[in-house]
Amino acid sequence: MQVNGQFQPTIVAFCCNWCSYAGADLSGTNRLQYPANVKIIRIPCSCRLNPMFILRAFQRGADGVILCGCHPGDCHYTTGNYYARRRMTLLFNMLEYLGIERDRTRVEWVSAAEGAKFAATMNDFVETITRLGENKRLEDLRCKSK
Amino acid sequence: MQEQVRAKAIELLQSGTCDRILGWKTGEFFYDVTPAVFTTVEEIEKDLVYNAFCGANFSKYLIAESRKGGKIGAFLKPCDTYSFQQLLKEHRIWRENTYIVGLSCPGMCDMDKIREAGIKGVTGGDFTGETLSFETLYGQQEIAREAVLAERCKFCKSKKLVIFDELLGEQGEERETGRFDEVERLEAMTAEERFAFWQQELSKCIRCNACRNVCPACSCEKCVFDNPKSGVENKAAANSFEEQLFHVIRAFHVAGRCTDCGECSRVCPQHIPLHLLNRKFIKDINEIYGPYQAGADPDTRPPLLNFNQGDPEPKRGDVG
Repeated sequence: MQVNGQFQPTIVAFCCNWCSYAGADLSGTNRLQYPANVKIIRIPCSCRLNPMFILRAFQRGADGVILCGCHPGDCHYTTGNYYARRRMTLLFNMLEYLGIERDRTRVEWVSAAEGAKFAATMNDFVETITRLGENKRLEDLRCKSK
Repeated sequence: MQEQVRAKAIELLQSGTCDRILGWKTGEFFYDVTPAVFTTVEEIEKDLVYNAFCGANFSKYLIAESRKGGKIGAFLKPCDTYSFQQLLKEHRIWRENTYIVGLSCPGMCDMDKIREAGIKGVTGGDFTGETLSFETLYGQQEIAREAVLAERCKFCKSKKLVIFDELLGEQGEERETGRFDEVERLEAMTAEERFAFWQQELSKCIRCNACRNVCPACSCEKCVFDNPKSGVENKAAANSFEEQLFHVIRAFHVAGRCTDCGECSRVCPQHIPLHLLNRKFIKDINEIYGPYQAGADPDTRPPLLNFNQGDPEPKRGDVG
């Protein structure tokens, strides 16, 4: 998206309900700033993230997608994030294989106590995507808002 | 070999071991060999073939056939036995209703390569041996089977039959034929080149769903590509996004279960190298989570239904 002639990326962040979503909440109550480009979608567990969600986010114009979940070993459902980690590893490798920049996808483990880490991660990710520029390769032109 | 296969099929029917036999029969064209169910000796004597065009993998047919009651006998080539075992592992086939005859396989041929080799106007011939002989409008022509092997057979991973009730021919070995070379070649390209390559290949897709229908790993009773709510059910690729991602979604659905039988690329009317997507997943799984061959044994957990606490994190890019 262009705002005042400047590129503003759209970032979709999938956050697990038990850790990262609470972490985002904490960074808010602590008044830590992170860019408004980040659109958070709450999911019950990082393992709930169907790879289709990521592809769909890119189709609808996301420039970067990040998955945040509990640290390995801390999953609310004991093992969900381990499965998510395997799936994302393979999916990101495949997207890179297709010619999509690897920087557009990321996984970060953020616990409910890590409000500062959440804000730092988002700042860093938005900066990375801003440098990369617009996602043109996976976008569906029909979905573009005027 | 064809005579042996016919004799075995007849024996199985006459001895009452099987009620039906799943075998190959020549379709509209001689190279267009299709699966068929035989119930009488006459049909077998007339139609059953086993030649250089018997590429079809029967394991998926056995899902439905094994549930019909009675016993179905089927001929499986080495690569088919991997798919069969994988489906057994997923509890899709009723094993007690099947009788598997393992066949050794010298590799199947690709009609396009035969045409490229200059053999045209074929009216008939003998395609069962090491050398294929064609009767053409321009006279008799011969070509070695080895020279016109289908892409997937050239890079055959294994001649070993992993599951069977009876063996016809010889048991083979697993082989190393460099099946990941092409994947490595793509990986070595720049992102732009790779994107251009895949866009060119995938934009040929006409969404006929043949790859989905033939794939032994794609055996869900309700498929995401038939579900209007999924948003990807269209019978024609509506935009470049669907073109690119239909095959990625499909490859991901079978990741860790794909036995690399190569049926998807064989049936693709547009000749899209779909096996390269599946092989990328297989290669990554082998490298990151240790060697794994789907269908090779009945017990190992598939890599995506398993985890280790020490699994590596998804790789990061260079910019961030």
